[in-house]
Amino acid sequence: MNKRAAIAIAAIAITSLVAMTGCSSSPSASGEKTLKIVYIKTDAFTALDSLFATTKTAFEAAHQGVTVELQPIAATDDDYKTKLALSQRSTETAPDIFYEDTTSLRADVDAGYLLNLDDYVSEWTDWSQFTDAAKEAGRGDDGSLYAVSLGTDTRALWYSKPVLEAAGIAVPWQPTSWADVLDTVKKIKAATPDVVPFNLYAGTGTGEGSNMQGFYELLYGTDLGADALYDSGSSKWVTGSQGFIDSLTFVHDLYSDGLALTPAQALDPNIWKNVFGEMFPQGKLGMTIEGSYSPSFWQAGGSYAWPDYATAMGAASFPTQDGQDPGGVSMSGGWTLAVGAKTADPQLAFDFLAMALNKDNALAYDNANSQIAVRKDVAADPSYTAANPFVQAVTDLVNVTHFRPATSDYPQISAEVQKATEAVITDKATPQEAAAAYDTAIEGIVGQDNVIKK
Amino acid sequence: MTTQQIVPGRGGAADVAVPTPGAPGEPARRSARRLARFLRMVPVAPAVALLATFLAGPIVWSLYGSFTNAALTGKNASDPQWIGFDNYVKLLNDPVFPLSLWLTVLFTLGSAVIAQNILGLGLALVMQKANKQVSSTVGTIIVAAWILPEIVAAFVCYAYFSQDGTLNQLLAVFGMTGPNWLYSFPMLAIILANLWRGTAFSMMVYQAALGDVPPEITEAAMIDGAGGAKRLAYVTIPMIRNTITTNTMLITLQTLSVFTLVYVMTAGGPGNDSTTLPILAYKEAFRFSNIGYGTAIATVMLLIGAIFSVVYIRALRPSKA
Repeated sequence: MNKRAAIAIAAIAITSLVAMTGCSSSPSASGEKTLKIVYIKTDAFTALDSLFATTKTAFEAAHQGVTVELQPIAATDDDYKTKLALSQRSTETAPDIFYEDTTSLRADVDAGYLLNLDDYVSEWTDWSQFTDAAKEAGRGDDGSLYAVSLGTDTRALWYSKPVLEAAGIAVPWQPTSWADVLDTVKKIKAATPDVVPFNLYAGTGTGEGSNMQGFYELLYGTDLGADALYDSGSSKWVTGSQGFIDSLTFVHDLYSDGLALTPAQALDPNIWKNVFGEMFPQGKLGMTIEGSYSPSFWQAGGSYAWPDYATAMGAASFPTQDGQDPGGVSMSGGWTLAVGAKTADPQLAFDFLAMALNKDNALAYDNANSQIAVRKDVAADPSYTAANPFVQAVTDLVNVTHFRPATSDYPQISAEVQKATEAVITDKATPQEAAAAYDTAIEGIVGQDNVIKK
Repeated sequence: MTTQQIVPGRGGAADVAVPTPGAPGEPARRSARRLARFLRMVPVAPAVALLATFLAGPIVWSLYGSFTNAALTGKNASDPQWIGFDNYVKLLNDPVFPLSLWLTVLFTLGSAVIAQNILGLGLALVMQKANKQVSSTVGTIIVAAWILPEIVAAFVCYAYFSQDGTLNQLLAVFGMTGPNWLYSFPMLAIILANLWRGTAFSMMVYQAALGDVPPEITEAAMIDGAGGAKRLAYVTIPMIRNTITTNTMLITLQTLSVFTLVYVMTAGGPGNDSTTLPILAYKEAFRFSNIGYGTAIATVMLLIGAIFSVVYIRALRPSKA
């Protein structure tokens, strides 16, 4: 009986031990060094994967005994950020080098996920090639550098020349105010009723994209300009502004007058694929606000290759509300490469980052992904300026572009903006009601002390 | 070993009435009893160890997390602070919470407690009457929905209810234009989807229970003149009452925690129109990085599950006596 008890107890002990240790993995073989690279790779976005594949080969050849482990994640931007943040919580899973959005950069620096790169870039000869704006993009709140910019982007008003011409509008076209846009859109509707005149992204379906390629182009073009969402002087979120209501009204009118997609279509997360892949190539869409990277989908080898895009499409800057200075509005984002704070060999990791962003690699990446160059030598390269017919037009938008506030509560604010546009396109609220609901929600998120009424 | 030793105290009055102070055999017998009591727990120990590691562990962590401002990014990611009941206060003031709670209850009652139960029992009754070939064919088709992995079932339902989906194409055959079900009627779509997926479970449980109802009792009722409906109400249902309660509890708890099906089909939208509590917890914890707040929602879900369980267990008790 006692023997049996002993066996039973031993069995329990082993069971729980196995259960406890089952979760932790065994340490990897020593001697060899491994660099783990984490980034996004999807069907529509392979440029970064080829960049890292090229760098991996060159880097492994130059560094004996180093293995570069590429870990592409197939996910949307939002899901990628979540996965990345989860992997940062343990040394076992934290990447050595990763693809980092400039909007989440500051919050991730606060969380201690990123390595301070000040000492490394000071000895990097290529660093002087980066523009000041690009250097600024990688800074944390403490003024130190934590990431190196891969490229930036702007947003333009892309229009279909055949559709505009059919409505009797002269191309190239450059609207000067919202009224001008609405006027053109109505002409398109009248001339070709089966064409969607203007796809203005809105709602929660397209996530952050509906703000970056939609509402913000309106909001940042109102009287408050760069401070329309977040007052940089007082570091407070803006509530109660007329510009917010006006922007929602524009969105509402467009949808309720049947000048945009149906709300159900607009809320489909995959609608952008239709815009690029079907609606523009088939001449079923008049215009949309999209990123400077748009040609990367249409050029040869892109996800929605369309040889005629160079002649059929036009790019204009989205106008300010009444044409007030500076006349146009664009939004910029951009992604960077960062080194993980938990990396075992920081110098080795930085060397890889430096190689990935050298002139040749940066040029190849910018061209393949239609990025706006952040290296002066790349921007001056003939193959960059000739990569597609729109490089000059979208690069000029840098002069009127805005950046989102990179605070750690920004993702929640962004979600509230999306809810506001969704409420007006689905007629669940008037623009005034939706703006009031937004104000209440913002106060709830950041607290009464961090909002400013304008 | 005698029964006496295995179940101490079962001896009744005699045990208590006869005092045996200082009896020579007493300490030995007491320690033998203690050993016996210990040994009785041995067989359940592995299960307890596993439950403690994989079930109690995460629950305790979640409970602890709900009292902190832990986050995925920002300052609170590396150094979470104890904030007491702040997350729960915030939750009670969150306008989405009452809506989400209502949708969760609606989803659970609509798709599980009422529909799966009735449909499952109905199918089981019909299949008892049907000939073997029919019942095995129909059974296979229904069980197929249940054995599909949840993510596959979710995609199937998405493809069925979406704008250009199977349902609208079928309607088009009859010249009707269906709405975008996932957008216009999100709750109806996910309730029907969960009903489709979950009915097989109830059906199998009831088939087993009906098989245990002695045919002579139903036959006796029939001879007494009871019709089909009366036999079901006064004979069959009372006899499978325990099964009904157990089944209802199981499907309630399963449905409360459904995530994949809803997330794939509507992701909680449009707006928050199909945001059940699991979706809300996921959004807060992983989309907005508020792990602490997300775990507070998870804790509330745990409480709701516990309340349902207590109600069902109480309902189960009297008929056991």
